[in-house]
Amino acid sequence: MTATLTEAMTTTDASSRGRGGPTRRRAASVLRPRKSVAFTILMAIFVVYALVPLLWLVINATKTQAGLFSSFGLWFSDDFVIFQNIWETLTYDDGIFLRWLGNTLLYVVVGAGGATLLATLAGYGLAKFRFAGRRAIFAVVLGAIAVPGTALAVPTFLMFSQLGLTNTPWAIIIPSLISPFGLYLIWVYAVDSVPTELLEAARMDGAGEFRTFFTISIRLLAPGIVTVLLFTVVATWNNYFLPLIMLSDPTWYPLTVGLNQWNAQATGVSAQPIYNLVITGSLLTIIPIVVAFLGLQRFWQSGLSAGSVKQ
Amino acid sequence: MSSSRSALRRTLTIAATAALAIGGLAACSPSAAGGGGAAGDPADLDAALEKGGELTYWSWTPSAEAQVAAFEEAYPNVDVELVNAGTNTEEYTKLQNAIKAGSGAPDVVQIEYYALPQFAMSDSLVDLSQYGLDELEDDYSASTWGAVNVDGKLVGLPQDSGPMALFYNQTVFDQFGIAVPETWDQYVEAARQLQAADPTKFITADTGDAGFTTSMIWQAGGRPFSIDGTDVAIDLADEGVQKWTGVWDQLISEGLLSDTPGWSDEWYQGLGDGSIATLVIGAWMPGVLESSVPDGAGHWRVAPMPTYDGTPVAAENGGGGQSVTSQSKNPALAAAFLRWLNNDPASIDVFLESGGFPATTAELDDPEFVGAESEYFGGQKINEVLTQASKDVSTGWSYLPYQVYANSIFGDTVGQAYANRTPLADGLADWQAQLVEYGDEQGFTVSE
Amino acid sequence: MTTLSRSRSEWKGLAFTAPFLIVFLLVFVAPVVYSVYLSLFREQMVGGNAFVGLENYAELVVDAQFWEGFLRVLLFLVIQVPVMLVLALVAALAIDSARLHASGFFRIAIFLPYAVPAVVAVLMWGFIYGDQFGLVANLNDWLGASVFAPFSRDWILVSIGNIVTWEFVGYNMLIFYSALKVVPGDLYEAAELDGAGAFRVIRAIKLQALRGAIVIATIFSIIGSFQLFNEPNILRTLAPNIITTFFTPNMYAYNLSFSGQQYNASATVAIVMGVITAVIAYVVQLRGSRKEER
Repeated sequence: MTATLTEAMTTTDASSRGRGGPTRRRAASVLRPRKSVAFTILMAIFVVYALVPLLWLVINATKTQAGLFSSFGLWFSDDFVIFQNIWETLTYDDGIFLRWLGNTLLYVVVGAGGATLLATLAGYGLAKFRFAGRRAIFAVVLGAIAVPGTALAVPTFLMFSQLGLTNTPWAIIIPSLISPFGLYLIWVYAVDSVPTELLEAARMDGAGEFRTFFTISIRLLAPGIVTVLLFTVVATWNNYFLPLIMLSDPTWYPLTVGLNQWNAQATGVSAQPIYNLVITGSLLTIIPIVVAFLGLQRFWQSGLSAGSVKQ
Repeated sequence: MSSSRSALRRTLTIAATAALAIGGLAACSPSAAGGGGAAGDPADLDAALEKGGELTYWSWTPSAEAQVAAFEEAYPNVDVELVNAGTNTEEYTKLQNAIKAGSGAPDVVQIEYYALPQFAMSDSLVDLSQYGLDELEDDYSASTWGAVNVDGKLVGLPQDSGPMALFYNQTVFDQFGIAVPETWDQYVEAARQLQAADPTKFITADTGDAGFTTSMIWQAGGRPFSIDGTDVAIDLADEGVQKWTGVWDQLISEGLLSDTPGWSDEWYQGLGDGSIATLVIGAWMPGVLESSVPDGAGHWRVAPMPTYDGTPVAAENGGGGQSVTSQSKNPALAAAFLRWLNNDPASIDVFLESGGFPATTAELDDPEFVGAESEYFGGQKINEVLTQASKDVSTGWSYLPYQVYANSIFGDTVGQAYANRTPLADGLADWQAQLVEYGDEQGFTVSE
Repeated sequence: MTTLSRSRSEWKGLAFTAPFLIVFLLVFVAPVVYSVYLSLFREQMVGGNAFVGLENYAELVVDAQFWEGFLRVLLFLVIQVPVMLVLALVAALAIDSARLHASGFFRIAIFLPYAVPAVVAVLMWGFIYGDQFGLVANLNDWLGASVFAPFSRDWILVSIGNIVTWEFVGYNMLIFYSALKVVPGDLYEAAELDGAGAFRVIRAIKLQALRGAIVIATIFSIIGSFQLFNEPNILRTLAPNIITTFFTPNMYAYNLSFSGQQYNASATVAIVMGVITAVIAYVVQLRGSRKEER
């Protein structure tokens, strides 16, 4: 079960597989079926479901607050003010949005980067070295993800505040450094993709373990590492609950918490609804992660040739 | 690589420190926030302003930024860091967390009247009478001064107030020939008339809001909560409560209320297009209408809150002030800033300009303020109505020492009566039961 | 592992694993331990802190609000998880079937919602769900009747389920799809020589290959359902009476601590939910891998 998943996570491009191979005899078969229009239309409905809300977001980011309510949701209103909305989003409250964007980038680079590094080191260590308590570590790590994170927030908050870490970027970054799923992926992946013979050969040459890791193993692990990076980037970019608890000063907010605060300020005595900025801000929040996604997707495909070496 | 390595090392250092700290943590829970700080007197405040220092101030009021800037200009030695830690309950959660943790609370914090007893109870706020601020009593309206005095301690200074009034859409009323209701019976009648004439229009939107309900009970003469030290009494079925449910049950059971949740995008839209014809709400609402419901301009008017028997009486709805926390390292300076913030005319002017409704008698009695014509309200002198409402607020109200929690479970209990169109009394009984249970659990002596 | 002495191997292995373990201890193990500790005490606003043994657990067992929330996520889980996984499976098989035009586009398009932060997704769907000015209102107008009321008691779980499905169907699809990619080509060739049809290939080869991925996806979806929080919590402003403070166990735990300062009761809920989730996940994994062996 385990090996399949790692393979699964790192293998996305059909063209690089040897499937079909040289035996392409008939036009339509299990191996090379005919393209089906009906099938394509069926899947197109699926795609509509996936994309309509995003389309809604793009369209409504072009509207004024008044236009939001007075026009059909999936078409443009009379005013086309997307550039004004973007400008207002970026400059509202002395440009706090850009600050949030910067914070999010910081959390992603240090948090997701660090999580990937720690998971890679540990997964590799668990896969390639025998030491006492290896199995126990695995059980504890998997058990830990079953405990609801929201409910751990209070104890974590109290501990961090004792350490003076609350309301600092560390309160967000340190918990982000742990990716149990990433550890698991790298562990399973390293078992197959880094040949033990290769490590032994390196040891005979007198290379230190860490040098071997950083010069040889890390390349063999690349597809797995990229996959883990992708998931940790998404996780930190979307991180909401922890920053909500840990931070009281908006200057350290990530985008998600900031946007929710904008949405919440429509309430009560000094209410100031800015729904148009919430929508435009949401769009701007999504764009970088979507771009990163598409970028990393290509990376996977190139990482794949590295992965196929082992076969 | 080197930078990420040093980052890693730093992380490891922190982690190691943490590991040591966890051991200690299990043994002792965080110490409670300290007492009221050192005793002081009025002279200390001027000295503190002269000496200067740094303060942190949590507020979500739009005027806060301009007020802080004006303050720093007047007192260059003081540096105030303004933080918007979230709107109402979000801020309270963070304040509560900081209190629980024993650090991280600001020096000065915005707290609404309903939440004050909760924070005062846990000795988290400084008693300002030690700095002589209790002498400012005459500067504030009676109801707001009552709200910042909790259990014999002055735990804040009022910033704004929310005496309730009836905001109504004149255009809609004219269109259907509805007269402005003066009693609640007329209000119910108007609701029926409006629905019969146009089913898309509702007299008001109410899906159950704790602040609204408690204010309505307040106006009806109900006094469901009383506190005496750690003794709490709860009676959500007293005479006043029954007067209010008698009126409101009719609106709920006949489906005369719009089920658009308050403060949602659709609610704002409803206020603009006339589908929500009235609001019974605090005097701070004109500022919100002007800035956020542009389509309503010219249509809205203000009238006194309807009554049960024709005798004018109002209640407070929303509003709050600022307090000094016990965690403040410089309470004298914090109190001095607070005195300026909510008592100095320069600061109050800034506050009024942003659309706030004052708590200070100087403004409430100022002919210029009272006589100001509002363009949004079709030239009506709305402050004549609103300042009168401020004088009509009935006295003797108090909130629970755990009102923030109480309001959070309002939807679970009374909200169910709204959702199911069942009698409010059932929902209120359920609310009361849970509040009694909670009070007992928290160590209060609760009587019903 | 012949050339490396056992003790050296231990030392090196630990050196690789240590950074992860140290942070893990701090952010996972310590809070769990602290939660267990908290769950044995009761702190009051009046009267301070006292050791109460297992009293908090005894109270939770008879706490109707907790069980209502628990049954709700269980119902959610039983319906939403299979629907989402079947949709993901169908999409993965379709894209893998090579019968699609532009399959690369489909793959990316369906995966894309996963990139949308939950907060943004819920805000967005919240606007769309508006039955007066949202898309749902347009839909109802078009149908000429108020068919959909996303924030009503009857619909709210469907509304939340739809958001969760939208967010995660692409993610699960990718897990399945990628598992299909590692099926060795010669297996298909053998099937073709046998004259197997498309559906037999799906049953005999593809679903076999997917078993591991399905087990993992199921476990993660179960954990996700039990921890349901962001979606109902953010939607709450739009459906205040329908989504109660104890709508899901996780919301209950959150509100106990952050609205009610009942940190001890909250920690108890966390521990109990953690144990239940771990047990169910373990059972699913056990069953899944046992089938695999057969």
